Amino acid sequence: MLSESTNRTPLSEDDVQQRLHALRPRLQAFARLQLGDETHAEDLVQEALIAAWEGLERFSGNAKLETWVFGILKHKLVDEIRHRRREQTTGFDPDDLPEIDGLFNPRAHWLPAARPQKWHDPEQACLQDGFWQVFDFCVLHLPNSTARVFSMRELMGLETAEICAALDISEQNCWVMLHRARLKLRACLENGWFGKEENNAVV
Amino acid sequence: MQSCKRATELMSQQLDRELSASEKLGLKMHLLMCRHCRKCEQQLGIIHQLCARRGDTPPDGE
Repeated sequence: MLSESTNRTPLSEDDVQQRLHALRPRLQAFARLQLGDETHAEDLVQEALIAAWEGLERFSGNAKLETWVFGILKHKLVDEIRHRRREQTTGFDPDDLPEIDGLFNPRAHWLPAARPQKWHDPEQACLQDGFWQVFDFCVLHLPNSTARVFSMRELMGLETAEICAALDISEQNCWVMLHRARLKLRACLENGWFGKEENNAVV
Repeated sequence: MQSCKRATELMSQQLDRELSASEKLGLKMHLLMCRHCRKCEQQLGIIHQLCARRGDTPPDGE
């Protein structure tokens, strides 16, 4: 019988099927961001769901079912990125960068409005309702090619050398994209979450 | 003194590669002088940690 650490109720096959079904659109969105191709993303999600279903007896119950399935998809995506190489450069544009001139003055120091502010309770953020929605919004708000490099590096944990080889760009290019992505994401998270004390009020 | 923009480039790159000794020193000197960049560096580190958890958490945060 399958059980989860957080609650001891055994999972029935119906429960599992229902939860996998509910998870599918999220897996799909994550895969699409990595692959830049809807059909391919669909195929890979399908494979991950089948692998999860067939390997269900290996699910230890120490993690949430959703986390475990997400991990399977992540492995498949990393494999895919490692083996596809040049094919995946389709639609990839290293000049598709977010603008960061609005953050700095002509002497390249912070403009007053763009200066980083104090963040409230960053350690608590990911436990709170709504935080990950804001986070996803901020990542998806980046220009598409920049979002792909950022998520390959930060969400998939690939090394920059590997990303450069897969996308056929220089490391310099990769660093520029990551720098801009991080500054934009920082500002977006501050506006959308960390700058707002009410999100973090202790209830 | 190094510009803030340059300092942010180095603080981003230190998450992806080992900085050279002179880059490290330049960044350190800048951070001693600039509280805005100190905050920025700390927050980029937080984002880096959050991202690592994001990949292991389903997008609905359940």
